[in-house]
Amino acid sequence: MALIPPFFLETLSERENKVGFSYLVKEEKASLGSQMSRRLAGTIRPVSESGLAVVIGLVVGAFLMLAFGYDPIRAYFALFTGAFGSPAGILESLAFATPLMATAVTFAVGVRAALFNIGAEGQMYVGAMGATIVGGAILLPAGVHPIAATLFAMCLGGLWALPAAVLKIWRGVHEVVSTIMLNWIAFWFVTYLIRTYFAEPGRAERAMPALPTARYAIIGATLTTMIVVVVVFCIAVTVLLWRTGVGFELRLVGDNPEAAKYAGASSSRAILVSFLVGGLAAGLAGASQILGRPPSYALYATMGNLINLGFDGIGVALIGRNHPVGGVFAAVFYGGLMHGGRFMEYNVGVASELVDAINGIIVIALAVPEIVAIIRRRRES
Amino acid sequence: MKTVRRFQWYLIAIAVTLAVMYIISLAGFGIPGLIETGLLAMTPLALAAVGECLNEQAGTVNVGMEGIFLITAVLGVYWAEIFGSGLYGLLLGSATGALISLLFGLVCIYGKANQVIAGMGLNILALGLGPYLLMSIWAFPGIHVFQRELMFQPLQFRMGDTYFSISSVTIAAVVIAILAYLLLHRTLLGIRIRGAGENPIAVDVAGVSVGKIRLLMCIVGGALAGLGGAFMPLAWFGGVVKEISAGRGFIALAAVVFAGLDPLLALVAAFIFGFSEGVAFTVVVSPGVKEIVPFYFVQMAPYAVTLLVVVAAIGGKKFPRALGKPYVRE
Repeated sequence: MALIPPFFLETLSERENKVGFSYLVKEEKASLGSQMSRRLAGTIRPVSESGLAVVIGLVVGAFLMLAFGYDPIRAYFALFTGAFGSPAGILESLAFATPLMATAVTFAVGVRAALFNIGAEGQMYVGAMGATIVGGAILLPAGVHPIAATLFAMCLGGLWALPAAVLKIWRGVHEVVSTIMLNWIAFWFVTYLIRTYFAEPGRAERAMPALPTARYAIIGATLTTMIVVVVVFCIAVTVLLWRTGVGFELRLVGDNPEAAKYAGASSSRAILVSFLVGGLAAGLAGASQILGRPPSYALYATMGNLINLGFDGIGVALIGRNHPVGGVFAAVFYGGLMHGGRFMEYNVGVASELVDAINGIIVIALAVPEIVAIIRRRRES
Repeated sequence: MKTVRRFQWYLIAIAVTLAVMYIISLAGFGIPGLIETGLLAMTPLALAAVGECLNEQAGTVNVGMEGIFLITAVLGVYWAEIFGSGLYGLLLGSATGALISLLFGLVCIYGKANQVIAGMGLNILALGLGPYLLMSIWAFPGIHVFQRELMFQPLQFRMGDTYFSISSVTIAAVVIAILAYLLLHRTLLGIRIRGAGENPIAVDVAGVSVGKIRLLMCIVGGALAGLGGAFMPLAWFGGVVKEISAGRGFIALAAVVFAGLDPLLALVAAFIFGFSEGVAFTVVVSPGVKEIVPFYFVQMAPYAVTLLVVVAAIGGKKFPRALGKPYVRE
């Protein structure tokens, strides 16, 4: 438990570990006496739920391997030793985790306001484009350059989230439809910009890479100091959600719209803030792949180094119980799966995309509230 | 006046379609080709949208149609190659869709899952399972092109010295939409379906199982979406790629939102979206236009049109009161 910082325990305590959906807002029976042990219980339950969902995902993944004649034990052994078995592997897994921490925030902040913001994908493309423009095409001094590029990327990400927010507030367009359409529009728009204006001379398949002055310092393997920026951002979002009036309003609107209306909270402002913060996070994810990911430091025209990171963020957010800091831990796990998936493919021949399928199963398992009941029944018997 | 308002979207769709066809014919392109492409693009959207209408009328939201499209597109080709016939591919693809949707329904109805999260889970699952199946079955990453003989052949009509081809699945989709409308509004089962979505307690009190009705509609919706998914490679593209669904599941969802769960309006919406895709395909390959309008903007068109139409049409739509809520007997 020592690994988990105290504010994580605190913020996950009591009602606040519940997501903004009715089934998760059930009142917990105060069976444990002291406040400390109740806090601990408030952390253990969501963690054990996520753990069970992960196990279900891995078991279904094993059956998918058996169906095509692969050996799941060897595959998982290759996956986990590859991901976490060596210092280099751990660093690489953290590098994979970095963008996922940010895209998980996008979905988590949405869910806190009872929104399904699945637009991280498109906002991330636009953010990566912004990082390419400032990081690759503009000359700035070394100290200022990465900061300027990152901020510009985040702003563009936030800007791309705005139409969905405005349509939701103004016309009531469901965000699942609007964000997906914006994702595809962003995909083709960014592809157009790369191919037409920002292509690297002599290498048409990718945009011009970030200039050396705009790059974040390498810690080891392909991990850069970008991870620090992303973790600080996640903590900042946590503070925004649980320590400010705006954050309280956002969570109130998400948890209980009726009570929010009585309390005079503005649901429009909550929706706008939720989309904006989500867009900033997704823009940061895009920037992390351009400014903080060796060796290419460049955006590929088919989004090869970005694609699906936004959707993977949904699973990461749910495993992290829609908490920005929980998402950091979940992202490390999922980054390990992504990195280890390459070892699985190389050593055993199982296509690494299976990891995405496992993620989908985990999400479905986490959607089922009965999983809680299954655990509780087992503990009681 | 009331009649006009009731049919306003049909009239607008027809007027816009005619106007676009007129402009395109001025530019010197063949209208039959445009309509053929539009109808091909319409078919999977219409099938999935009608299925989702039935599904949502009974009270279950399935946002995982994109995932069903992707999985059934890959497996439809697989079945077609095993049984050596495109028809079997379509039918078994449809059965696969029904099976996936049955599992989804079990999770949502009896597991009382949050339907939107479970649906997104289905999409993410398909995002990984599609390429995994492509790799495991054909050992080739991301794309598989099958033999021409396996294509499901369209019906051909003679028009002067050319042929106009239309797939029988397209005709089936239109018939299914009409049947779905009649089912909902002219039969006892239809009353029960709408009851399960609007007031499940009343249905339960009447001695009809809400869960079974919802599950049945899940299976029907999944079978239709699966037919649409298998249709894409087997009757349209002639191959399967890992991005084959390209957001069409969500466009079908937009069609359902646009239609306010009316299968006939959903058909109109599917036609609008499919037609805009057909126009985009036509423009992409036309000399004279493709030099001026960048290819990438044409690719955006279906999504932009979908978004604009949804924004224009939303409001005043009534959705079932128990939509998306698992039914718990008290």
